[in-house]
Amino acid sequence: MAQVNQAPDSKAPAAGAAIAADGLVFAYGERRALDGVSFAIQKGEKHGFLGPNGSGKSTLFKLLSTLVPLQQGRVTMLGLDLAREAAAIRRKLGVVFQSPAVDKKLTVRENLHYGGLLLGLGGASLRARCDEMLAAANLGDRAADLVGELSGGLRRRVEIAKCLLGQPELVLLDEASTGLDPAARRDLWTVLKAIPGLTVVFTTHLMDEAAEADRLTLLDQGKVVAAGAPAALMREVGGQVLDLEATDAAALANELQRELGVTARVLDGALRLDGERVHELVPAIVQRFGARVLRLSLAHPSLQDVFLLRTGKRFVVTEPDPAPKKGRRRKS
Amino acid sequence: MKAVLALWHREIVRFLRDRSRLTGSLLQPVIFWLLFSGALHGSFKPGGMDYGQYFFVGTLAMITLFTAIFSTITVIEDRKEGFLQGVLVSPVPRSAIALGKILGGASLGMGLAVLFLLLAPLAGVPLELDRVLLGLGVLALLSIAVTGLGFSLAWVMDSTAGYHGIMMVFLMPMLLLSGAFFPMQDSHWLLAWVRHVNPMTYGVGALRHALQGEAPGIPSFAVCLLGTALFAVATFALGTFVVTRRSARDAV
Repeated sequence: MAQVNQAPDSKAPAAGAAIAADGLVFAYGERRALDGVSFAIQKGEKHGFLGPNGSGKSTLFKLLSTLVPLQQGRVTMLGLDLAREAAAIRRKLGVVFQSPAVDKKLTVRENLHYGGLLLGLGGASLRARCDEMLAAANLGDRAADLVGELSGGLRRRVEIAKCLLGQPELVLLDEASTGLDPAARRDLWTVLKAIPGLTVVFTTHLMDEAAEADRLTLLDQGKVVAAGAPAALMREVGGQVLDLEATDAAALANELQRELGVTARVLDGALRLDGERVHELVPAIVQRFGARVLRLSLAHPSLQDVFLLRTGKRFVVTEPDPAPKKGRRRKS
Repeated sequence: MKAVLALWHREIVRFLRDRSRLTGSLLQPVIFWLLFSGALHGSFKPGGMDYGQYFFVGTLAMITLFTAIFSTITVIEDRKEGFLQGVLVSPVPRSAIALGKILGGASLGMGLAVLFLLLAPLAGVPLELDRVLLGLGVLALLSIAVTGLGFSLAWVMDSTAGYHGIMMVFLMPMLLLSGAFFPMQDSHWLLAWVRHVNPMTYGVGALRHALQGEAPGIPSFAVCLLGTALFAVATFALGTFVVTRRSARDAV
């Protein structure tokens, strides 16, 4: 079952860390959305938070973006204390939310302009900065269009341009690549990675995007279940993963144990075997049980397998959390 | 200050781009005024005054209130659509958010009321400079007061439907029982009591004193002016208070 990763890199705080969090607890009434979360993110790091719906990653994002007050635990961001210096943190922060924080009734340029004024910019320098960001986000020819008339992907680009307008040291992205096609997602990361020293913290439900992170923290039910570089995490699973779909999975698991001496886990009616030499079992399985096997697949472990190893549960990939229901808003 | 200006300016720009808001904020009260004053012209003369004249001041108050409602309801839309989150995580002090939004809505209310004020001679209300200046001062206070009230309500509301409900059971009765539509001094004791605690009474009264010089059956100009100023200060403070409370509800 779930075990909390106690690898040294998951502990907080650390010198030179962009974010150091220690023992975060956040509850909506009785329900703990975050339950003792600790992590450290180095400056310049691209750090992803991966977890299924309800894992606590959205709540964590709201805490880090200073939207909700800290309930328990300690967070230092860019050398500032989140509980006492939220206003100072906001000056160094760029945030992109899951639901676009752009005004659809204003043009692209107006959105950037107002965004800049809220950051305390103004005059010629703001105009120049807007031009620069419009060019960087490839929005130059859409500057006079109303944001409401743009596609979802373009709106997201407006928002990212707005987020980078104030030259933040730390960027927080909440499922920011949602609604972007793969090319636009690559563009987003190209823009972000081109900014030297920028720390990017993102939440995602997309495995391939998570794999792009320098380091990842996997969350489940408000707890850290694994942390580390994606490749290192996948190596932990070891070897390869063999998935079997069979007409009678439980019975087949028993027979595999009896006849081949291997232990298979039954997950959602299918069987899973993992290990260094698991591929060597394939001929024997096909020979002895081939008629009962509906599907057999052999693959290198993925982040989903890491999640499975740590929690004993499948990482069910779903769309990001829908817009929060109004009834849940009063739970603080 | 830049942030206040940005939020104020955004209110004005959005209003000018949204024709339906112009209809709701200005045309609806004007239509009310035309219909009521036309229908009651010969039969209802409050304080001996032609009803068109009497209701003219009430219509001004109605314009400020309706503009405030349509302006502050956008707080709920901003929250739903995510724009507000972007503002909340910016370095802007939260009090500046209240200030920008309230001043924006109040400026719109004031601007539309001034447009309507130009029709005063048609209603038999003479436009004398000193009275107009006094009237503008009262309108400014009243606009801030009702926008502050609308903002505070909208900030704590979850849905525009809920806000419409509040409008019908709270804000409209406030206007109806303020003396805007009909004199209240001879009403049922309960309503007469409500009239005294209703801050709109003082706003409408001050406006009547300022523009018409006479306001039978309502408190003195000084009392009305003080009441309106207190109304503005109180709702402005309330708006600032609700916006500066940081809680988990801001997260969505």
